[in-house]
Amino acid sequence: MNHLLSIKDLDRPSIERIVAQAERFAEVSDREIKKVPALRGRMVLNLFYEASTRTRSSFELAAKRLSADVVNFAASGSSVEKGESLKDTVLTLSAHKPDAIVLRTPWAGASELVSKWCSAAIVNAGDGKREHPTQALLDVYTLKGRLGELDGASIWIVGDVMHSRVARSNIIAFQRMGAKVTVAGPPTLIPRGIEALGCDVRFTLDELSSADVVYALRMQNERMNETWVPSVREYASWYQINGRRLSPRQVLMHPGPVNRGVELSGEVVDSPQAVITAQVEAGVVVRMAVLYELLAGARASTPAPSALPSPASPEPQPA
Amino acid sequence: MAAHPLVHGPRTAVDLLLRDVHVLDPRALIDARHDVRVRGGEVAELGDPGGLAHDPGEELIEGRGQHLLPAFFDPHVHLRVPGQEHKEDLDSGTRAAAAGGYAGVIAMPNTDPVLDSAPLLRSLRETAAREARISVGFMPAITRGLNGEQLSEMAELRHEGAVGFTDDGKPVTSAGMLRKALQYQRLCGGVIALHEEDPTLSRGGSMHEGAVSVALGIGGIPTISESTMVARDAAIAGYEDARVHFQHLSCVASVQAVAEAKAKGFRVSTEASPHHLLLTEEDVRGMDTRMKMNPPLATEQDRQALIEGLRSGTIDCVATDHAPHAREEKEVPFEQAPMGTTGLETAFAALYTGLVLPGVLELALLVERMTAAAALYELPTYTIAPGEPANLTLVDLDAEFVAGERGWESRSENCCFAGRRLRGKVLLTVAGGAVVYRERAFSVVGA
Repeated sequence: MNHLLSIKDLDRPSIERIVAQAERFAEVSDREIKKVPALRGRMVLNLFYEASTRTRSSFELAAKRLSADVVNFAASGSSVEKGESLKDTVLTLSAHKPDAIVLRTPWAGASELVSKWCSAAIVNAGDGKREHPTQALLDVYTLKGRLGELDGASIWIVGDVMHSRVARSNIIAFQRMGAKVTVAGPPTLIPRGIEALGCDVRFTLDELSSADVVYALRMQNERMNETWVPSVREYASWYQINGRRLSPRQVLMHPGPVNRGVELSGEVVDSPQAVITAQVEAGVVVRMAVLYELLAGARASTPAPSALPSPASPEPQPA
Repeated sequence: MAAHPLVHGPRTAVDLLLRDVHVLDPRALIDARHDVRVRGGEVAELGDPGGLAHDPGEELIEGRGQHLLPAFFDPHVHLRVPGQEHKEDLDSGTRAAAAGGYAGVIAMPNTDPVLDSAPLLRSLRETAAREARISVGFMPAITRGLNGEQLSEMAELRHEGAVGFTDDGKPVTSAGMLRKALQYQRLCGGVIALHEEDPTLSRGGSMHEGAVSVALGIGGIPTISESTMVARDAAIAGYEDARVHFQHLSCVASVQAVAEAKAKGFRVSTEASPHHLLLTEEDVRGMDTRMKMNPPLATEQDRQALIEGLRSGTIDCVATDHAPHAREEKEVPFEQAPMGTTGLETAFAALYTGLVLPGVLELALLVERMTAAAALYELPTYTIAPGEPANLTLVDLDAEFVAGERGWESRSENCCFAGRRLRGKVLLTVAGGAVVYRERAFSVVGA
């Protein structure tokens, strides 16, 4: 594995290998000295074009626990604000020879582009509305800890599926691990044709009781202003996961940050069914496993397959 | 008297003898091998192959059965002047057109500033008279600044040589505004060409709404964004008995809407681009920004409807929508990239390879559709007949090449066909009686 660009690049054995590695690292996190020398002398660059607290700090902690050097580069307050392009920023930062670049951007496919511009291992930490593969991995890890295997489990992903990279990556990852995925939410926020990804679609939570796992998505405030739903009140009354809708045997997940009182009621967030803080904890060990896999494993020197589509279209010749 | 709508740079009328070329001119009903003599820039005579004597002083071109076609005419290109000369200019854009076998193009007004006033049109035409390799017509904006709120001075613009009017790049969102433009057309004439898109439906989209946009998590543009506007504007055009041209159709429902309007006798015409005729949303899967255009590449079903429309004549002509963008503008994540692909240099070869070679379309029909736009805009149609100005394209249908392998004449390289293996190479283009393009490896036998 040279990069982690999309969860689609990982088959079930690869996901299981990373999860197993994360389980070994979990032991480290419980020590008093939470550090192993696995990546000593390696450099991890966090390049974040979007505000992020948990993902960035999770990657930072993961790298530090592996004894790697970490540089954080946030787009705000940097040369990006002076108009530097993504390409030039990457080329500039590449001069410091990072071994891995963890990239978060608001643009689909940005990590594929960056992987062509530099030799570092690229970890997609969220690209627009497309993918968030390490989130999917940490969710699989968390669920395995709770359920054992995911085979045959029914997982409902509820809320704003349209604007959610978490939903897209998790639909793929959960299915690869043998689970059955249903997405549910208001029709305006369920992308037309999402069934093609293999999931079922529901517009109400009437059948939510059939789920083993309820995965609620964050309802972003700005969506309310763009008339995707009539009001927060109506959204909450139809789609909020609360004590009335959640049954005691179900596991509740959320990628954070939670809007209490919108997609989740306060009582379910604090209930023992919620594994939301376990997800955060899993984030560090899973990202340790990803960085370890990319940097300590036998990293081939061959470049990743081109992101360009057709076999008949190689790079254009410069004019 | 109004100025002639087409302008071109300085030309040297040539004397040529094209020996043993396969002349294919669907309108003149010629499809046979001939010798063709061009004298003083006009087609002088057609004779049996090997039958015309070579006069001294006349350049001899050995055709060896290669195809001589009427030169192509493109009603929809972006030459980026004024204001965006880093993408293209009148010289590079018309050089690209000549290399693609075109003798005439119509340039769109979404420039900076917008082409919406007579003084600007005059200055552009003066520049074209110095720099343009082939004939160029200009379409000023329907509404000032493309803002959709106030008509440009259409009558004065027509007098200054406007071919017609368009807000291309943007729709005329307001039905009332469009109706006024169509009413005003009775005074000034000129085809009104429409880019059809409902911004309330397309907003936030970077590609076709469908299976691929869902898989990529990229905002989708539904086909109804185009088709509802085509249907609306066809109805308005019918009501006002106005002459309207729909630009770059991209989906089944739009083709149906145009077919219905034509069946009712409305004066509408339309075009399709090589990329919509040959590519689909599947080609966007790799998020190559050269595959990002407006309207977006749609489904295979949509593509087939466009091909069928081109065959039946519901779609009147091919237009490239040649839209050059600088490398740094396209070398960004997909959602950030501007829309558009270049197309002039690859149009014929791409369509010949993709549609004629597999037997989907007849070569004669493709040639007809690549030359038909001139008449739609009330301009003379290029034809290979004695006494006609020589507007000719010599192509080698068997020559294979990789698009872009030897660079581009265009200033930009954002071609969606780049890297593809194509057949049907333009060897020579004659526009208005002058040689405007010669394939570099193409040797002249005698002089």
